[in-house]
This record gives sequence, C-alpha cells and structure tokens, in this order.
Amino acid sequence: MEGVRPRVRVDRATEAGETVEVKTLISHPMESGLRRNGDGDLIPRQIINRFTAEFNGEMVIDIAVEPSVSTNPYFEFDAIVPEPGTFTFTWYDDDGDIYTSTNDQSF
Amino acid sequence: MNLTRRQALITAISAAVAGVLPRSASATALDDAMAAFTGGVEPTEGGIIITAPEIAENGNTVPVEVESEGAARITIFATLNPSPGVATFTFGPLAGAQRASTRIRLAETQDVVVVAEMADGTYQMAAQEVKVTIGGCGG
Repeated sequence: MEGVRPRVRVDRATEAGETVEVKTLISHPMESGLRRNGDGDLIPRQIINRFTAEFNGEMVIDIAVEPSVSTNPYFEFDAIVPEPGTFTFTWYDDDGDIYTSTNDQSF
Repeated sequence: MNLTRRQALITAISAAVAGVLPRSASATALDDAMAAFTGGVEPTEGGIIITAPEIAENGNTVPVEVESEGAARITIFATLNPSPGVATFTFGPLAGAQRASTRIRLAETQDVVVVAEMADGTYQMAAQEVKVTIGGCGG
C-alpha cells in the first residue's frame, strides 16, 4: 500500500540489560471490511495483521492484529537491550506488503 | 412520560429481543474465540491489570493497556464488536515487561475482556466495562 509511514520512538539505553520503552505508530487506514462505500458496496478489508519487534534478531513482542485495532495502529511496550545493536520493527499488510523501521542502540 | 399499556408492552418486548438475541450470538462468538485462545482451559479471574477509560467519547480510538506479570501471551476481546478478537500480544525473551498498550475500536458500550496465558500454561482473565458515546467500527 502506498503512503504507509512507520514512526517509532525508543528510549536510549545507557547500559547493557536496561529496559527501554518503545512507542510505534504506522499510518494505515485499517479498513475493517465492514464499511460500505457510497454505492452500498462493502469496502474490502485491508489491515495491518501482524507487528513484530526484535533486537539483534531476538523477539521482543509479536502482535496478532485484528480489524478492531484503530486506524494508524499504535503499540507501546517495554524491551530489554542486552547489548549494543539494532531494533527491527516490522508491520505486515493484508496486501502482502511489509514495512520496516530500525533503531540503533549503543552505549 | 406517560406510557400506555401497549407502549409499555412493546418497549418491554423490544428490550427483551434486543437484549437477548444479540447477546447470545456474541456470547457464542466470544466463547469460541476464548476457547481458541485457551484450548478450552477455564481461566481464573485476576492477575491482569487493564487500563482503559470508563467512558470513551469516541469508540474509533480507545486507549487500552494490558499487563500481566509472567504472562507468555495476552489477548484482548471486545465482547460486542462484530468480531470479538482485537489483538494478541506474544512476549519474547527480550520483553521488558508483560505489558502492552494500543488503541482499539469499540462499536458500543461493552466489556473489554482480557485473557492471559501464563508461563506455566494456566490462564487468567479480567474484564472492564467501557461506556462508548459514539461507536467505532464504521458499520
């Protein structure tokens, strides 16, 4: 899908093993598949159906997302930073597109 | 307001129909969704903190935070939405806490039910009612 933009804010860890707060948002209509257009036809479902956060390839959180999550899905959670490295955030769209964002941590 | 006997009867019947029929239909959907999550294990009450507004002006975006210390997975159900499942959080080894926050759609005033699968394979649950002024879901 065109124009989908992820935004992520992550606290900066100051030492190994610290827990940081992660806030993520992605611009996406989260079309539920239940709405009708002006002609009375159902608008096909198109949502972000999964979100994952990893650090250096290890899982932080894996979220299964349903149409009841709001437009521009927002997720906030806590992550342990065990060593310097990189967070990878991934959003999976119903249309097969995958959006990613990264965040580097060094101390 | 002065109700005639007929009006009172009609009101009572429509309230009964509105109350009973959709509730039994959505209760089945909720039971199915919950059984799919727990594998049929009966959850015990407690062990979960739900942070959500008592009254949500706009059902299109209701902030909900769930936390359950020691949980492997936490799932949120909106009991009266067209489909009860909202989101399931699976915590990995680098989760800093078994806590997550998101924004959800609520079609009408209803209970938000949260179920957690604990590390030992048992299940906990909690519920909170959220009153919705303007429903979300665009139905």
